[in-house]
Amino acid sequence: MRRAAVSSAAWLVFQRDLTLAWRRWDEVAQPLIFYVVVTTLFPLATTPDLNELSKISGGVVWVAALLSSLLALESLFRSDVEDGTMEQWVLSGQPLGWLLLAKVACHWVLTGLPLVLVAPIVGTALGLPFNAWGTLVLSLLLGTATLSILGGIGAALTVGVRRGSVLLSLLVLPLAMPLLIFGSRAVSMAMDGDSPAGPLQLLAAIFFLVLSLGPLAVSAAIRISVEN
Amino acid sequence: MLPDGAVLEARAINAWRGDRHILRDVSFVVRTGEFLKITGPNGVGKTTLLRVIVGLLPAETGSIDWCGRPVRGVSDEFHAQLGYLGHPNSLKGDLTCRENLKFLAGLRQKLSAKDIDAALDRCGILSRGDLPARSLSAGQKRRLALARLLLAEASLWVLDEPVTNLDSAGVTLVEELVQEHVQHGGLALAAAHQRLLDHSPNLRLLELS
Repeated sequence: MRRAAVSSAAWLVFQRDLTLAWRRWDEVAQPLIFYVVVTTLFPLATTPDLNELSKISGGVVWVAALLSSLLALESLFRSDVEDGTMEQWVLSGQPLGWLLLAKVACHWVLTGLPLVLVAPIVGTALGLPFNAWGTLVLSLLLGTATLSILGGIGAALTVGVRRGSVLLSLLVLPLAMPLLIFGSRAVSMAMDGDSPAGPLQLLAAIFFLVLSLGPLAVSAAIRISVEN
Repeated sequence: MLPDGAVLEARAINAWRGDRHILRDVSFVVRTGEFLKITGPNGVGKTTLLRVIVGLLPAETGSIDWCGRPVRGVSDEFHAQLGYLGHPNSLKGDLTCRENLKFLAGLRQKLSAKDIDAALDRCGILSRGDLPARSLSAGQKRRLALARLLLAEASLWVLDEPVTNLDSAGVTLVEELVQEHVQHGGLALAAAHQRLLDHSPNLRLLELS
């Protein structure tokens, strides 16, 4: 037998989480359902007038996406730490950061990407003009991906804490504020016919910063969490 | 697969859990072909010692050397040669036995379906291969965890109560596996309070108190 390469180990982690999600699809669908429900509540609570709604549509979609992503985060590492799988990953001799990045990437594909894909439909229902679709999708792509990694750090830190979900929100939400500000700003600029390049570039910069440093932070936090 | 004359040496390990000083100046040496059995009453720190050795817990003081080098500095290399069987079996109930092995042991070694079947067969659960791990009995789950250990192709085995939940045939299986492992030049450490290889010529004892 030959030693497995890092890439194939990371791919196995990714595949495993897809398989597990397939067998527990109801848990995976939860954030998406929450997202659709929350956004449909706004016209009921404010006004059904599309002209009025369209002014807040970008912000509503962004806030709903942020909250739904948070909802999915708490369980990210919990079962793996509790059943001892995480110990085996730490001791696998493979760089833990890569394995965890693969896990976070899979988590994003399962919970973040669906939000991005549904966003234009949800946005249109709230009166978002067609010319802002591209910006909405692009800003959410960058935003949810960044949030998955940031959330991964928070989830890794709070995994050993009983009922850590409140703590997790308190940790992650302040860090996610720039994403919300730049994301919804980009959408409203696109709606007004301005170029949204500025805020989108800032979102991309934050994404790459978090992508490069995040895995180190997640693996350091996991090493602390498996000490217990 | 083995560095010649592999040695695991621990010197004066002290570890605390909260405000309890659990390990006091624990030292031992295990060489190629030896099996070190760690005994002692419940709560004496057997699991803590094993977790310190594999690197899941930090030791307050003391040093652990693998082949003459401190493991702190070479942890990925050390872990690549380490097979750890902890208290939890590290299984996913929703995955089948084969998938469990593929996704966990596969992180370390490139595995073919044949390798996996051979390990399942050796541990006596080949017929359960396609059942979800959740449906196995406690003893069968332990056997599946042993199959994972076999597939790790490790030279150093660290086993925490390996015979928990196993029937007498299972205990014999563990004894055979450990015996084969050390006879092929491997090293093994196990915390156990049951009988385990009590009359083996390669056995060394470490009693914690």
